[in-house]
Amino acid sequence: MSSLPLAVPGRRRRRGIRHTLDVRVSPYAYVAPFFLLFCAFGLFPLVYTAWVSLHEWTLLSDEHTFVGMDNFGTLLADGYFWNATFNTLSIGVLSTVPQLVLAIWLAHLLNRRLRFQTLFRVSLLLPNVTSVVAVVVIFSQLYGRDFGMINWVLSWFGAGAIDWAAGTATSHIALSTMIMWRWTGYNALIFLAAMQAVPRELYEAATIDGASNFTQLRKITVPMIRPTMIFVVIVSTIGAMQIIAEPLLFGASTGVAQGGAANGGPDRQFQTLALFVYEQGFTKFDFGYASAASWLMFLAVVIVAGVNFLITRRVKGGLV
Amino acid sequence: MRLRYLTLTAVAFFSAFPLYYSVVVASRHNSALAEVPPPLLPGGNFLANVARVFDTVPFGLALLNSVIVAGSISIAVMFFSTLAGFAFAKLRFRGRNIMLLITVATMMVPVQLGIIPLYLLMVKLEWTGTNYALIVPALVNAFGVFFMTQYLTRALPTELLEAGRVDGCTTWGLFWHVVLPAARPAAAVLGMLTFMSAWNDYFWPLVVLNPDSPTVQVALSTLASGYVNDYVLGLAGTAVGTLPLVVAFVLFGKQIIGGIMQGAVKG
Repeated sequence: MSSLPLAVPGRRRRRGIRHTLDVRVSPYAYVAPFFLLFCAFGLFPLVYTAWVSLHEWTLLSDEHTFVGMDNFGTLLADGYFWNATFNTLSIGVLSTVPQLVLAIWLAHLLNRRLRFQTLFRVSLLLPNVTSVVAVVVIFSQLYGRDFGMINWVLSWFGAGAIDWAAGTATSHIALSTMIMWRWTGYNALIFLAAMQAVPRELYEAATIDGASNFTQLRKITVPMIRPTMIFVVIVSTIGAMQIIAEPLLFGASTGVAQGGAANGGPDRQFQTLALFVYEQGFTKFDFGYASAASWLMFLAVVIVAGVNFLITRRVKGGLV
Repeated sequence: MRLRYLTLTAVAFFSAFPLYYSVVVASRHNSALAEVPPPLLPGGNFLANVARVFDTVPFGLALLNSVIVAGSISIAVMFFSTLAGFAFAKLRFRGRNIMLLITVATMMVPVQLGIIPLYLLMVKLEWTGTNYALIVPALVNAFGVFFMTQYLTRALPTELLEAGRVDGCTTWGLFWHVVLPAARPAAAVLGMLTFMSAWNDYFWPLVVLNPDSPTVQVALSTLASGYVNDYVLGLAGTAVGTLPLVVAFVLFGKQIIGGIMQGAVKG
């Protein structure tokens, strides 16, 4: 990174204090907006969540009674909380693992001289440009029990009419495909960007040595793009732990969530942790309890992201 | 080789088909959905369905709100990101590298977990139900700063800035006369990316806005969550509210994709 040198020493004195201020202080003013905004609307709320979680804090009362760890105790005994934790992990694994494998493979396919390169890339990214609301509305229709196209296709193979939103496993699969549809292409392009930085000669040498396409992917590509893989895995994990819009809208647009979409289905079969927080905070207005759930969720995010970081870091060429 | 094209074509098909099919449904009558096999070509009912969308929810207001919100956010993000990117890329100051590192690290902070205090903050500021609640927290973000830093490091010749200094430009003068013009291509891509994500944002507007003055996405979710499943209505709204963006993306796809991939390569 090249930098603009400060003014040449002998000249500086003559330019006076305004110039010194300009050169030394103004850079801080230029980067300040980001840091101020992040502290006010990102960091402060996150930290303040801890304070709220130690209180009985509802919308209805101006009194906020300090209750210590009570909210956390109640939470750990709350079956709905553990149900939401299970659903989050299940949907997270179902959507993220196949998605990243597919994304690496697609990036590998695109990482050659190819006709229609731009066309393929644009179509891969189309789902990501589609809003989450549109995605869920479209897929809710496709997954419809009676007239959905997916059940129609499955009926060719003798499957009966599946009520996708009703079951735990089926609803998790339906939600995971929506998430995969939206994010696979995006991640493929991120991987592709990293792959393009891998020296061509490595592949040429491997081809001469008779290494197959798949071996090259395993032994050259994957080890070479490891930093990007770590980054993508962490970001995807954090994203997967916070899934909320999909289950919220899926419940609403399939009509299974009678009495409010925030419960994630009548049996809470697809209520995620983030949705649980939303239900407590914005339908029951129990801010203290919801904040406690947020904090446990934060812990879970850190733990799962940390574990994934360690696993990804250990992935050597031969293991994938 | 042939397998490669076949696979990619199949993936492209699966990426595009749901969008195409949503248009098919949006242009049909509800009764057509019960047909076996399902209809695969658009019908002639699209405009009537769109009219129904405008009757059911305040969709005109929603479009206006979304244009205002996404537009102001994009302009602000372009400006502040270029400003900070200029400082990080070309100015020398104590703590620069660590501050840039912190900026990148904040991208991994799950800020959504602070949503309850953020809401309480908006209540305190009396911004709930207004577009301020959407615009102000989004005026600048880490991705934009990082993106512009990378671009300016690479594309802005330091000699140009030095020449400006010799001519007596202040730092602000340099930014205004040299950096801003040079940053235009990248800032345009950043603006488009920002506009899209602001336009598509759903959860925070849902929490903080009132149903009588929604954004497009909030209005769409209202459409889609009636007690009777009116998929035609929901998808007609989707077609009006999101497809223009998809079309714009197809037109500018090459530049936008270049931008995404550029931002992806970590140092």
